[in-house]
Amino acid sequence: MSFRFRHSLALTALVCAGFGAVAAEAKTFRWANAGDVSSMDPYARNETFLLTFTSNIYDPLIRRDKDLKLEPALAVKWGQVDKTTWFFDLRQGVKFSDGTPFTAADVVFSLNRANGPGSNMGGNFVSVKEIKKINDHRVEVITKYPDPLLADKWAALAMMSKAWAEKNNALNSADMTKNEENFATRNAMGTGAFMLKERRAGERTVLVPNPNWWDKPQHNLTEVIFTPVANPATRVAAIKAGDIDMMYEVPPADTESLKRDANVKVLEGPETRVVFLGFDTERPELLESNVKGKNPFKDKRVREAIHRSIDVQAIKRTVMRGQSFPTNLMVAPGINGYVKALDNRPALLKPEDAKKLLADAGYPNGFEVGMDCPNDRYVNDEKICQAAVAMLARIGIKVNLLAQTRSKYFAKILRKGDYKPGETSFYMLGWSPASTYDVHNVFEQLIQTPSNVTKKGLFNAGGYSNPEVDKLADAMEQETDKAKRDAMIAQATKLYVDDYAYIPLHQQAVVWAARKNIELVQLADNSFPLRFVTVK
Amino acid sequence: MLAFILRRLLQSIAVLLTVGLVAFALFRYVGDPINAMVGQDTSMEERETLREKLGLNDPAPIQFLVFIGNAARGKFGLSYRTSEPVGRMILERVPATLELSICAALFALLVGVPMGVYTGLYPRHWLSQLFQAVSLIGISLPTFLIGILLILIFAVWLRLLPSFGRGETVDLGWWTTNFLTWKGIQALILPSITLGLFQLTLLMRLVRSEMLEVMRTDYIKFARARGLTNRAINFGHALKNTLVPVITVAGLQLGAIIAFAIVTETVFAWPGVGQLFIQSVQFADIPVMAAYLLLIGLLFVLINLTVDLLYFAVDPRLRGQGMARPAGH
Amino acid sequence: MAVVVADWLKRAADSDIWWSFKSSPLTIAATAVTLLIVALAFLSPVLAPHTPFDPATLSLSDGLRPPALLSADGDWTYPLGTDEQGRDVLSSIMYGTRLSLVVGLASVVVAMLLGITLGLVSGYFGGTIDAVIMRIADVQLTFPAILVALLIDGIVRSVISVKRHDEIALFVIVGAIGLSFWVQYARTVRGSVMVEKNKEYVQAARVIGLSPPLIMVRHVLPNVTGPVLVIATINLGLAIITEATLSFLGVGLPPTEPSLGTLIRLGNEVLQSGDWWITVFPGVTLAALVLAVNLLGDWLRDALNPKLR
Repeated sequence: MSFRFRHSLALTALVCAGFGAVAAEAKTFRWANAGDVSSMDPYARNETFLLTFTSNIYDPLIRRDKDLKLEPALAVKWGQVDKTTWFFDLRQGVKFSDGTPFTAADVVFSLNRANGPGSNMGGNFVSVKEIKKINDHRVEVITKYPDPLLADKWAALAMMSKAWAEKNNALNSADMTKNEENFATRNAMGTGAFMLKERRAGERTVLVPNPNWWDKPQHNLTEVIFTPVANPATRVAAIKAGDIDMMYEVPPADTESLKRDANVKVLEGPETRVVFLGFDTERPELLESNVKGKNPFKDKRVREAIHRSIDVQAIKRTVMRGQSFPTNLMVAPGINGYVKALDNRPALLKPEDAKKLLADAGYPNGFEVGMDCPNDRYVNDEKICQAAVAMLARIGIKVNLLAQTRSKYFAKILRKGDYKPGETSFYMLGWSPASTYDVHNVFEQLIQTPSNVTKKGLFNAGGYSNPEVDKLADAMEQETDKAKRDAMIAQATKLYVDDYAYIPLHQQAVVWAARKNIELVQLADNSFPLRFVTVK
Repeated sequence: MLAFILRRLLQSIAVLLTVGLVAFALFRYVGDPINAMVGQDTSMEERETLREKLGLNDPAPIQFLVFIGNAARGKFGLSYRTSEPVGRMILERVPATLELSICAALFALLVGVPMGVYTGLYPRHWLSQLFQAVSLIGISLPTFLIGILLILIFAVWLRLLPSFGRGETVDLGWWTTNFLTWKGIQALILPSITLGLFQLTLLMRLVRSEMLEVMRTDYIKFARARGLTNRAINFGHALKNTLVPVITVAGLQLGAIIAFAIVTETVFAWPGVGQLFIQSVQFADIPVMAAYLLLIGLLFVLINLTVDLLYFAVDPRLRGQGMARPAGH
Repeated sequence: MAVVVADWLKRAADSDIWWSFKSSPLTIAATAVTLLIVALAFLSPVLAPHTPFDPATLSLSDGLRPPALLSADGDWTYPLGTDEQGRDVLSSIMYGTRLSLVVGLASVVVAMLLGITLGLVSGYFGGTIDAVIMRIADVQLTFPAILVALLIDGIVRSVISVKRHDEIALFVIVGAIGLSFWVQYARTVRGSVMVEKNKEYVQAARVIGLSPPLIMVRHVLPNVTGPVLVIATINLGLAIITEATLSFLGVGLPPTEPSLGTLIRLGNEVLQSGDWWITVFPGVTLAALVLAVNLLGDWLRDALNPKLR
């Protein structure tokens, strides 16, 4: 990674020098992904792909550089005036691509729109009390309580034009319950490095560089064409044939053959998402099992036997073709609160030892249980579950696998309204604390006891519950002393690890492929800003 | 005649309404769209509010009535996946699917019919046996595998044709066409073959068996006895007699092609209605699925109606019985 | 008894059908291939070297072995290699073919029963009943098999509390394919019935007071067996392919007990990875099977068609 990074920097510099003078030459960059960007509205979905795509058109106040460090974009300076007041000093002389100047009014408008109806970004505004324009180039934000992470949270928030939104009646994000289209769904106009030239949802989206961009372009592109290509085999064929220049998310099985292709290069790195298996430890009797009157997963010995029978290294070798990073924690390295010392998977058990654990727990002949798995959500999700089924069959647990498409799978396993448990006994899920890059999000959503009073544990589908972990998680939310907080995190992590609460499997790898004549930077959060792309 | 058409039209509308009602009664089983619509940080309350607002908690007949009420005014709502108006999303994709379907149908007709005629006339010739065996490939391998193999051969190895997509299109008002650019035409070739191969086999076999039967009729024997040339008999008499059932089946199959372009469009990332439908199934995008079904329903109804009317016009014997149509096979 | 059998055999040997069978080497070859594949499939529990449907016997450490001929040590434990899950490809094909044949036959039977019944009723009674049934056929054509499969799947799951979804999956697929194929039979039968019902012998049967169901089953039905059989043989192949396609679109049989179609779908994903044996062997098997069955169907059509003799 670091080698490639330096390499590309050097090349970028070279290319910039070389092409600065003769920028007239057409440099079209064609790339593909399995799915389309769902909307051009930067607040329509809080998902990496939409945010990274729209960030090419809309600049944020603060952006992340190649190392994911914050750097000034539309704000040149920011910080805290006092404990509960943040300030943002705006860059002067910036114009939107339609020529209107960018001012504090646009910032206030954008932030309110992102926190308004139809927007999916409201989660970033929980602590915000008031957003004030001080003058044309300064905005202050008053928070309800000290919020040291505000700048990090807002690093992805796009800045829109107030005048443009007013003119086109796009003051809010699309309201799904109204029967009319929102202008910003299909159109976009920001201060960013690129401008939207053509948008055909599901077919192609064309961007062209913004000649009046405030920053000096590092890219040398004259046109960018994005096409969704759903079938992985077609995508791989397309890059081999040279019909696309870059493919986002390469299936692991094809990584090797693409590496062998002389015209293609492969970029790989770990993703922050952890894929894991979960148990129903909530119901007194499992929904889908032949064990009646009790729930085998409530017994820690059963969970241990299963955990220590799943060979993640073997899954990495065959199913994932080396494209995974096995882990024993629910968060990945790079997330705040990852405890390296605890990230050791316990040794695998021999089948007879695992069977003995099961026998001690009262299941000498094993048992039968249903398992839920998506077949189009995570990399090789279905195949991983299949491998797990085989591994558990060896210790006498007969798993009936149900792998289905994501909308049906999520509808089945996730907790229902009123926090009722999901209809699953044993399931696969993936999670990345993408909004905060902090472990507390994982505790809050996956590990804390689900409750419609505390509003915690929304994605704790199996209802794992440990009062001690609950207490620690609540405490770490308030704690500002880093050393104390780290100690709490370590303690809570050890509790859930020792309890075999979940079976973390691995972080999947992010694999991209590009034609040899393309220089680009792969960021660890899987975002793909076009401003780092050059075509030779 | 007019009464017949009116009756059929009324029946057709009933068919469409049934399609819609059945669809809505069943949509609750295709998955939950909410999870695809919100981010992972959205609270349970917001999820439930959205569900309530979208009417997903209403009983199916009410959801259906609301949908029909809106559809009658030309409003199909917004897609849950893209928040774009469903009507326009479908309309924008119709040209892609229609052009692909027509090319596939033409391919099937222009290759399948001559092959069928030849194998019908010379059933024992080795070339006929070859045609028959080769054409069976079209129904021996799944379409998705045929598509991928074609891509590997013609796009990756030979670099002759594009691997996916529509290539270049030209806008003619709201219609976008592939036919006006060389790149667009090139892009049509592989998907058309993939989609048409099955119909080609079907047509070839149909023409062959019809030809075999016609060639043994007294009608042909008399023609031979009159000393007509083989050429005149084969094409003037025999082929002409096989055309009516062929046209019928081809017409009905055009509907089938359009409806079942789903797989081909998915393999070739062809931006048509079939691909849209599959994406919508994945996201439980109910408004799009409903509108798609109505469109396909309308298409089948129209094709069936046309075919019935054609028969009505062609075969006077059927007039007394109202509507009769020979088997579609 | 023996005399009866011998007599029957003799008559069969003298029949036109046998003669036309004997005189077509292609048909004989097709029959041989079909019988071979069917035998291998249904004897798979006895013949297959491994039991790929039993997950306890699988080990990922056996995964991705190339076919024996190509592997360096010539390991004949896995003659056609293994897939990512460590499943023996040869055994998977044998078990998978059995499953595909079951799906194909069952769904053809479902479609046939449904189609023939509706076709008979529609053609014999005509009028409103006919109109209703034919409009239902129109509705049916509107729903792509994939949607029918998704919907049936959803309903079954919500109606029955499901523990063994893999078993349900089989019924869902059979139901979905059966439902999407019945229209052809119904239209064919209906057409023939409309022709037959005005013939003298049917009218005579009516005059002597036979009930309509009896007339239909005893007099009309035998006249339509020919075309129905032909459609059935062609549909058998089509049903197997449709199952593969449904699997490609995400509603197939569970990958833990893969059919031939599921094997191809799974292999399709690794087609370009260099592990060609995972796709090619199941693909060739499927093509051979469908080809052979269709050739038989062709022959049957020609042989049963009195006008062609």
